[in-house]
Amino acid sequence: MAATLPASPFPQAQDKARTEPVGEPPVQRKASPWADIVFSLLAHGAAWLVLLLLLGIIGSLLVSAMPAIREYGLSFLWRSDWDPVKNQYGGLVMIYGTLMTSIIALLIAVPVSFGIALFLTELSPGWLRRPLGIAVELLAAVPSIVYGMWGLLVFGPILATYVQQPLQKLLHGVPVLSRLVEGAPVGIGIFSAGVILAIMIIPFIAAVMRDVFETTPAMLRESAYGLGSTTWEVVFRVVLPYTKAGVIGAIMLGLGRALGETMAITFVIGNMNQLDSPSLFAAANSITSALANEFAEAEEGLHQASLIYLGLILFFITFVVLALSKVLLSQLKKGEGSRT
Amino acid sequence: MKIAQISSVLILSASMALATSAQAQDVTGAGASFPAPVYSKWADAYNKATGARINYQSVGSGAGLKQIRAKTVDFGASDMPLTDDELAKDGLVQFPTVIGGVVPVVNIKGIQPGQIKLTGQLLGDIYLGKIAKWNDPALAALNPGVPLPDEAIAVVRRADGSGTSFIFTNYLSKVNAEWKSKVGEGAAVNWPTGAGGKGNEGVSAFVQRLPGAIGYVEYAYAKQNKMSHVLMKNAAGAFVGPDDLNFKAAAAGADWNKSFYQVLTEQPGKDSWPLTGATFILMHKNQDKPVQATNSLKFFDWAYGNGDKMAADLEYVTLPDSVKSLVRKQWGEIKDGAGKAVAFK
Repeated sequence: MAATLPASPFPQAQDKARTEPVGEPPVQRKASPWADIVFSLLAHGAAWLVLLLLLGIIGSLLVSAMPAIREYGLSFLWRSDWDPVKNQYGGLVMIYGTLMTSIIALLIAVPVSFGIALFLTELSPGWLRRPLGIAVELLAAVPSIVYGMWGLLVFGPILATYVQQPLQKLLHGVPVLSRLVEGAPVGIGIFSAGVILAIMIIPFIAAVMRDVFETTPAMLRESAYGLGSTTWEVVFRVVLPYTKAGVIGAIMLGLGRALGETMAITFVIGNMNQLDSPSLFAAANSITSALANEFAEAEEGLHQASLIYLGLILFFITFVVLALSKVLLSQLKKGEGSRT
Repeated sequence: MKIAQISSVLILSASMALATSAQAQDVTGAGASFPAPVYSKWADAYNKATGARINYQSVGSGAGLKQIRAKTVDFGASDMPLTDDELAKDGLVQFPTVIGGVVPVVNIKGIQPGQIKLTGQLLGDIYLGKIAKWNDPALAALNPGVPLPDEAIAVVRRADGSGTSFIFTNYLSKVNAEWKSKVGEGAAVNWPTGAGGKGNEGVSAFVQRLPGAIGYVEYAYAKQNKMSHVLMKNAAGAFVGPDDLNFKAAAAGADWNKSFYQVLTEQPGKDSWPLTGATFILMHKNQDKPVQATNSLKFFDWAYGNGDKMAADLEYVTLPDSVKSLVRKQWGEIKDGAGKAVAFK
């Protein structure tokens, strides 16, 4: 029998030795207690570092802004004069400009991004999906200064000639609306800044929305289709409720970027400290733009402190936006709980 | 293995130490962006001629002042001269290096460069928003025969704080009483009207694009971009255009003997361009680092002697020789720790 079998790979004579360990035993892993401690310390340290940095930034902003805070207190928020010569400062114009441009940007960007994401996940033919998705992501990679130059040299004149002037003619004599479009047709101001911002944040919102839409389980979606839902119903009754946290996150990401955008805004907002005209086409100013323009030449003292105070306010605005989105999410979750 | 690593670390740190000690010989300056092109050109040529390195950071006049006060740089640069009191307070000396002009530029259809004449009063009224149309009677009276259109004036000015704006607003404060009381002078002011462009390029982009626009840019910028300048009425009552000779005339009219605090706007002399300004260097009187001070002064001494052609190529106007010798005399006030004047020859 042994002869019919192929030669055993193991030498017969060493059958007994097979139970013995072959070769050197593997070096036993030394579970050294200090490695774990070091790793845990490093991880803890990294996490605390973020918190420390945040506190440090807030602290240094507070300290540097102190002269302005002491001088104006909260009245800085509703004072509208900004006069470096007379050394009087108020942040209302910039705060208004920052909020207004971001709101315009969101009003435009959210529906458009929603459409893009919807098209990419539900409607687009397979061959178009990838190139279109990459194109949207590429838009996000364009440097903001390029958007600024494009806005100033190309988009501004188009807006002035083909949007503002026809609107002025159309609304001529209409009491409130005509004031919204008044002013010299120069193509710079709050509205063009808002539109440029919208173009800049669309890729961010659209890309995140697309990704979260794709996380909807195919079974849910197909069940809905199977029950005879239209695409519209599937998106609004199944996909959106399933992904609302992600969608709100996407919008907040866009808003955060819109609030903090500097370079593109500086080019197209007109950098004018005024609130006399309610026109959407009038030059205005934003917090970031004022900082970028004036900081280098600001004299130490109240001017510089006021600029830093503005930075602190922007910090606060973004913080509020973030907090609001968290509250909104928790409200939505509560609503879900009561329904079931 | 370990030894190799250690030795390589040693070599690296040694070379870094060498590099830092070499850097200690370098001179660092920071400040105004207006003279930055000529300073870097001088520094480049100086490096080729002597091997010494000058490192100039164009961070803006305000930041330059901050840095020289904090002694983080060897010299600061500013487009706005400090008054003698301010200098004394910080223990600084200042001296001018080059002169430049600010030029009002317009974009009106059918108007040639130099065809429109303006006075300081009218320019101020335009920037106050009081004169809003190009065919305003006051403008028409000053420019008989010029086809001024019935077009709104689009006022353009700098959005960022800048020495150019300082010269412009200083001039308007001198010649327009209402401007002086309402707005005043400074690198950044509370502009009553107009769109703000960032930098010379921002202003020129607005002016070239907006019909009926008026703006102001540095002379070099206006010349290189072939922008349409206006003629200004100077203190002597003559209408002059912006060019090197007229800037020089304005500089010659200043009384440099008394003080280097000279804003060269609205200077006497029938050839003087009224919107002229010098740019300044600031150094500490008592030097903690006399070697650095010597190196800085050597650089400026060299630039005064050899840099005129380079400055002229960049459309700056250089100082008259009389002013240069006054500056060299003033360098005697820069002393080392022992109270000895720092050498620059």
